[in-house]
Amino acid sequence: MSIDTETARRVAKLARIKVEDAELPALAQDFNRILGFVEQLNEVDVEGVEPMTSVTPMRLKRREDVVSDGGQQDKVLANAPDAREGFFAVPKVVE
Amino acid sequence: MTELNALTIADARDKLRAGDITSVELTEACLSAADAAKELNAVVHPTPEIALEQAKSADARMASGDAPSMCGIPLGIKDLFCTKGVASQAASGILEGFKPEYESTVTTQLFDAGAVMIGKLNMDEFAMGSSNETSVYGNVVNPWRRGNDDTPLTPGGSSGGSASAVAADLCLAATGTDTGGSIRQPAAFVGITGLKPTYGRVSRWGVVAFASSLDQAGPMGKSVRDCAIMLEAMAGHDPKDSTSAELAVPNFEAMLTGDIKGQTIGIPKEYRMDGMPEEIETLWANGRAMLEDAGAKIVDISLPHTKYALPAYYVIAPAEASSNLARYDGVRYGHRASLAQGDGITEMYEKTRAEGFGDEVKRRVMIGTYVLSAGFYDAYYNRARKVRALIKKDFEDVFAAGVDAILTPATPSSAFALGQEFDDPVQMYLNDVFTVTVNLAGLPGIAVPAGLDSQGLPMGLQLIGKPWEEGGLMNVAQALEDRAGFVSKPSKWW
Repeated sequence: MSIDTETARRVAKLARIKVEDAELPALAQDFNRILGFVEQLNEVDVEGVEPMTSVTPMRLKRREDVVSDGGQQDKVLANAPDAREGFFAVPKVVE
Repeated sequence: MTELNALTIADARDKLRAGDITSVELTEACLSAADAAKELNAVVHPTPEIALEQAKSADARMASGDAPSMCGIPLGIKDLFCTKGVASQAASGILEGFKPEYESTVTTQLFDAGAVMIGKLNMDEFAMGSSNETSVYGNVVNPWRRGNDDTPLTPGGSSGGSASAVAADLCLAATGTDTGGSIRQPAAFVGITGLKPTYGRVSRWGVVAFASSLDQAGPMGKSVRDCAIMLEAMAGHDPKDSTSAELAVPNFEAMLTGDIKGQTIGIPKEYRMDGMPEEIETLWANGRAMLEDAGAKIVDISLPHTKYALPAYYVIAPAEASSNLARYDGVRYGHRASLAQGDGITEMYEKTRAEGFGDEVKRRVMIGTYVLSAGFYDAYYNRARKVRALIKKDFEDVFAAGVDAILTPATPSSAFALGQEFDDPVQMYLNDVFTVTVNLAGLPGIAVPAGLDSQGLPMGLQLIGKPWEEGGLMNVAQALEDRAGFVSKPSKWW
């Protein structure tokens, strides 16, 4: 299976990474090389094998559903590129 | 006399406890060594003020008789670890200016044990790379050179800054992280020892995530003993990491008797690769002979799915990365692109991520997006996870058959030149061919320097152990270290 420039454009869009039109053919070629390498996985007989969910056999831990942290608005916003009046500020989202 | 910055942790600890040296003296020696080594580009955010402050506290603590092994020991910290108030960028432009309001669990534990941070260390961007050439800070240079040849060489990656800093004696040891070989490959390229612990042994909290089911932090040091001492301080259960194991941390150092009589060491036939340099083959055979000399029984074993580890990794790791790196959106921290008139939030995401991420990171995020996208999830991601289960089973089978540890080369070559052009990204991925299986199976693995090649460059061997048995694994590594007698250092040119 081969990735064309249209597919590369769609993947870039899904990943929310702007890629200029001129760069799409080279990107598609990189994808094809990597996915071509990955194709080898089709040689493996995986009949009846469960996909791994956890590398060590452990149950995901649970904790009490209670507030354990918070009240740190200043710290949460300290690294924001644009914070105003206690909020993260972003460009207009709805018209 | 050995210069202070060239000491091992174990020797420095003994001298500190005996009152022969102070942590301030030791720390000053490291800071001036680091200051004089700018050409290596290993230390990217020096923290001399923090270091001296910590060293003074360590000396006071030492004087009061309360001195854990790491007390007063100067370390370098990989830029992937969040350190409170100190730049933590994962070597990425997208985290430019980010200064965490919190401290990672690993650095918290190290500092609680009295360790000193000399600075943050260079690495591949988001730990994606094998040559430390994807960093926003520029390449790290290996302190080793080929005999009579000034060509700058890679220290490996992604923990290339950690490797270079330890090999050049800018600090006594350093933290690293390992997702597909990022501790062990650079350790091998610079002639130091690096351990990737069992998945879940060390908390991932506060470590910038690459591929969460594979990432593990570990020590990089000048000896097996130093790695044992440092691992004990780094490891342990952390409620803030849901995959961290609720297991007691043993005194790893006490397990280093070097006695491995009667143990069984497996040699996997699948790790003999076409085109592997003869010197690596010879090194491997020498390692086998050394362990045999130590009284171990050597058996040939098979790990039949080895060939499929790299392809499985290059589905699973990018898939997890695409999900983890979705958080870099220009809203909460780091870089935000300047926007044109009329740009909305989607343009902000797209431009921010295009500007902030380097090419290799973009490539992997997009590959991950593709393999997780509707219609391809089963064909790629689920198939890779099934193959991963088979790779893990290969190891379980040989351990069940009585093998205690597995010996392999650490890398398929010694350090290569910086700036080597690869027109195919897959060529760079092959660096991790011997290490990546260990991450997929969640096992502990250690790289031990074992010899020099004909160009005078270090080469390492890898030992792979059973889950949670880092102590036993390091003891085998100790037996290897004792016999390999690797004491070479790079000649100082920087």
